[in-house]
Amino acid sequence: MSAELPIGAQVAVAVLLVLSGVFVLISAAGLLCLKQFFVRMHPPALAYTFGSWCVALASIIYFSVRESSFVLHASLITILLSITVPVTTLLLARVALFRRRVAGIEGTPPPLTAPSAVPRGRESGPSRS
Amino acid sequence: MSSVLSIACLVALGSYALASVLVLVRLIAGPRAQDRVLALDLLYLHGMLVMLVLGIRYGSDIYFEGALLIALFSFVSSSAMAKFLLRGEVIE
Repeated sequence: MSAELPIGAQVAVAVLLVLSGVFVLISAAGLLCLKQFFVRMHPPALAYTFGSWCVALASIIYFSVRESSFVLHASLITILLSITVPVTTLLLARVALFRRRVAGIEGTPPPLTAPSAVPRGRESGPSRS
Repeated sequence: MSSVLSIACLVALGSYALASVLVLVRLIAGPRAQDRVLALDLLYLHGMLVMLVLGIRYGSDIYFEGALLIALFSFVSSSAMAKFLLRGEVIE
């Protein structure tokens, strides 16, 4: 390692890294311990937002201080995650709802597009166009 | 690499490893398929964070592109698997 960073930047980067580790650990424990799927979808948001933001900020601080100019390319990752993660989460929620409906579990809300449709029981498969 | 930064990188990598083990338990024991897709998506995120922390640890720019690629693959694979579970086919 060529250049040593000033101690303030070192402490800032270290604190951000440890904080991101704590957030990721909390989200993984929540994913493991919670009971239902729709409740279980919430803890990963902690890792997607705070975990990745802390690491990206630490990377920005580290490379900016080391090269004495603004190096902002780690913020690309936060932008990419903030675009793609809601799409995946929404798709997974729809998957869970659809599969509950196909399996005929009680308490599943009916689809909004067909108000009279009761939850369809054991049909042949999930092929629906 | 100073000792403060080195210890912080080790702590972060260790907690990512522990979190990956916890998520892996959910991936194996998940009661339904959507639990497994969610756990796999979170494992991709852990890999991406490990790449970023390794970039800080070794002071190299190369790891950033790997992290970006992992984020892209995470989105593509998770959405493809979710589409498959929703429709029974990926491309209609």
